[in-house]
Amino acid sequence: MSRAPQMRTPMRRVRGLGAAHSGTGHFWHQRVTSAAGVVLTIALVVIAISLLGRNHAAAVQILGSSPVAVIMLLFIINSAYHMWIGMQEIILDYVHEDKLKLLALMANTFFVVAVAAAACFAILKLSFGV
Amino acid sequence: MVEFTLPKNSKITQGKTWPRAPKAGEETEFHIYRWNPDDGQNPRVDAYYVDRHDCGPMVLDALIWIKNNIDPTLTFRRSCREGVCGSCAMNIDGTNTLACTKAIDDNKAPVRIYPLPHQPVVKDLVPDLKNFYAQYASIEPWLHTVTPTPEKEWRQSHEDRSKLDGMYECILCACCSTSCPSYWWNSERYLGPAALLQANRWVQDSRDEATGERLDGLEDPFRLYRCHTILNCSKACPKGLNPAKEIATLKKALVDRQL
Repeated sequence: MSRAPQMRTPMRRVRGLGAAHSGTGHFWHQRVTSAAGVVLTIALVVIAISLLGRNHAAAVQILGSSPVAVIMLLFIINSAYHMWIGMQEIILDYVHEDKLKLLALMANTFFVVAVAAAACFAILKLSFGV
Repeated sequence: MVEFTLPKNSKITQGKTWPRAPKAGEETEFHIYRWNPDDGQNPRVDAYYVDRHDCGPMVLDALIWIKNNIDPTLTFRRSCREGVCGSCAMNIDGTNTLACTKAIDDNKAPVRIYPLPHQPVVKDLVPDLKNFYAQYASIEPWLHTVTPTPEKEWRQSHEDRSKLDGMYECILCACCSTSCPSYWWNSERYLGPAALLQANRWVQDSRDEATGERLDGLEDPFRLYRCHTILNCSKACPKGLNPAKEIATLKKALVDRQL
């Protein structure tokens, strides 16, 4: 169980560095993004169905139209934030070594930001046609 | 990283089969985890045969029968033998429960008995619960007030008292906490279902005046938010309580005070 020096009392180890006074924000945001995700995923499925069998030009036109592009951007941002919190939870659960944990948390943030930026850029490019 | 396999010196080996009692009638086979800190050996699982005509109906009766009739070195905690003290909590047939309230016939034979999971073992079926008790003490399970103590007593309406139902019954047997995977992986930083249920017992107590400070002490990614609603705690509780619900109540209180 513990790799901490055994001369510390159990209470010293349990109290540790004290409460971080955070966590509620992520807990609440995870639920809000879940609820938003239900609506946005349904919209995404509808958009995906409307793309079936269309040629490239028609697909570009649909995805580039303002309402579809806005929904797609919201879906990407919402999912990315949800994914970021979720992965962070998993890392906190299973990775205990300080340096590895820090690296994993940073890698998680970089990955999410990069994926979200690339996906948003693709939608904006279709939308603005640059 | 989390260790998903047992450390080398905790790997369980096959133990011995103890001789059957002479002239036994109906018998039930028990496979029991044994570990002695003094002999330098790995843990092993021994087989015992209990004469059911000479033994009470509960798993604890069988353990006491084995200790009296076959193997006096078998070590386990027990006291009240009626589900009130929580001493005989152990893993029986794959579920954490109290040996004294679990009927032998409610298990598949052979009845497999191990100590509570993921705690250091002192000997045989006796786990080291120092960390668990420190966590309980850390939530300060007593009334906190700033108002001068009334001459007679702190009063509470029947309605407010009923809010403690489902929490005051907890006997701190540790069946719930030691059944929780989150507690296995982070048992020093996550308080676990038992301590959190007790924390909520004081957060909900209408007489307590330190509700905010209590919530402050719990608001932490590890102490409270390692709970992922796995619900092993509620399934394991031998008193039929629902620690997961009490943890959800705590989380709700923390959200409520921000909105």
